[in-house]
Amino acid sequence: MAAPRAATVEFEHVSKHYDARALARGAPGAVNDLSLTVPAGRLCVLVGPSGCGKTTLLKMVNRLIEPTAGRVLIDGVDVATRDVTDLRRGIGYVIQQVGLFPHQTIAENVATVPRLLGWPVARRRERADELLRLVGLEPGTYAARYPAQLSGGERQRVGVARALAADPPIMLMDEPFGAVDPIVRGRLQDELLRLQEQLAKTILFVTHDVDEAIKMGDLVAVFREGGVLAQFGLPAEILARPASPFVASFVGTDRGLKRLSLLRVEDLVLVPAVTAPVGAAGSTDLRAALDDAFPWLLLLDDAARPVAWVAGSDIAPGVPLAAAPSVAALPRFDLRTTLKDALSALLDADVHAGIATGRDGRVLGLVTVGGIAGVLRGQGDGRGDHRGDDRGDGQP
Amino acid sequence: MIRWDWIGGNLDQIASATLDHLVLTVIAVGVGFAISLALGLAAHRRRVLYGPVAGIAGLLYTIPSLALFAILVPFTGLTLLTAEIGLVSYTLLILVRGVVSGLDGVPADALDAAAGMGYDATRRLFRVELPLALPVIVASVRLATVSTIGLVMVTALIGEGGLGQLMLRGFNRGFPTMIYVGVVVSVALAVVLDLLLVGLQRRLMPWTRARSG
Repeated sequence: MAAPRAATVEFEHVSKHYDARALARGAPGAVNDLSLTVPAGRLCVLVGPSGCGKTTLLKMVNRLIEPTAGRVLIDGVDVATRDVTDLRRGIGYVIQQVGLFPHQTIAENVATVPRLLGWPVARRRERADELLRLVGLEPGTYAARYPAQLSGGERQRVGVARALAADPPIMLMDEPFGAVDPIVRGRLQDELLRLQEQLAKTILFVTHDVDEAIKMGDLVAVFREGGVLAQFGLPAEILARPASPFVASFVGTDRGLKRLSLLRVEDLVLVPAVTAPVGAAGSTDLRAALDDAFPWLLLLDDAARPVAWVAGSDIAPGVPLAAAPSVAALPRFDLRTTLKDALSALLDADVHAGIATGRDGRVLGLVTVGGIAGVLRGQGDGRGDHRGDDRGDGQP
Repeated sequence: MIRWDWIGGNLDQIASATLDHLVLTVIAVGVGFAISLALGLAAHRRRVLYGPVAGIAGLLYTIPSLALFAILVPFTGLTLLTAEIGLVSYTLLILVRGVVSGLDGVPADALDAAAGMGYDATRRLFRVELPLALPVIVASVRLATVSTIGLVMVTALIGEGGLGQLMLRGFNRGFPTMIYVGVVVSVALAVVLDLLLVGLQRRLMPWTRARSG
């Protein structure tokens, strides 16, 4: 892979009106006086109901649509001043229906832009193989096939590979996973996030699905009908502090739950566990150490790894703890587990606390429902968006 | 009934009639295709043209062939040109429709993707639109070829006609063998040309055979 390249995309007071007469009557256009800056290397999701102008905005970047007013800048250069075919060959473009060429093999499809750029055949072939591997398709199996011989998910992967072919600094993705089933969609989303970690392109990603926006976006721009930007910020910020009743209703009444998918066990203040080594004898001190609200003791092995829960009522002075009736030490989480998954596991468990363990399996503390609720109350500053945090300047 | 000895003794005459027939057909379909491609592309680009183009092609198609040749002879005489003007006219309706519906059938998403990846208009036409329209276009060429082989017979009346000449003479002389030979060879010619076009289609368009499974 070449060194990651990315570019800043800037919309500057952009408007699009399809109907001049309607405009004269004061009717809103598809996009209205919109300004937005997507920093280099970020995945910015444009989300909103249909008719909010998000696709129009996306197509202004590669000039499939020209704005009526305002400018679109890539790294400070107005796209209107660029040669249109040059511009487009330098921008990856992925659409919902994929748009593979049915008359070309998968390898030829992937090498479309390199071919337009006049790369030699050998280099094109090499690049196509490399990209197919990158998106998880074995070139030996897939390169010589035709699009009609692939499943929807495989075709969409080829679409992504084709968009990446000339290593463009910018990718435009218009509902790229809208046409595949939910299971495949989830997998493709994960793969794109994994790829993006490696590639760090500037990606503009259009969707109407709030969950997808929250999951995919380093930054999320919420639009409302008539092409008005309703809110722009980190996903956690939008969930925690919707800027308007429109945003609040658009992200849904379950936005608290949605925020949980953005937070991880490492964001919690863990509750200290009362522990004892396997084989230790019960004592009144141990019983006294337990909280009435959570009367469970955690047995640990020699390496301080969790073994079993022991109920407080089963602790008898002088009786070895392991011999008492005990419950499997579950559920266990590592620090990267999302709070959504953690909460779901907690609600299913016999003991309503989860065990957070470090990489070596040692117990770090307990995850409780109360603790999760606490972090939701306390968190509203955009903390916990790790994809944003990892890259430094977290503010748009 | 059939005079096999006549056939045996006149193979050169049959062969030259067949060759004439073939040449008349190929010129008609070739010229007709060139005109139709230009008209079809224009009509596909500028939709308003499609009505008039299809209308005129349709009108030409409705003129009975005998009448058309009768109208042309005073101007162009009993010549190959007269025969071809008529034959070409009759291919236009089929071929223009084939070109336009072929281009219309190109998936919109492929065109959107092509534009978005930086194809200019010419490249998009030759690399994406025409290849994808080809199955429908080739189907119309097959139809036009078979129907032209039939129509070439009629041009016997203005001194051309290939195998039609053979049949006309057989009819005038009350000699059925010549008629049978004309019918059988022209049918064989139609079948062979059609198979050649199918072969060409399979060769040019391997992707039309590739289906999941």
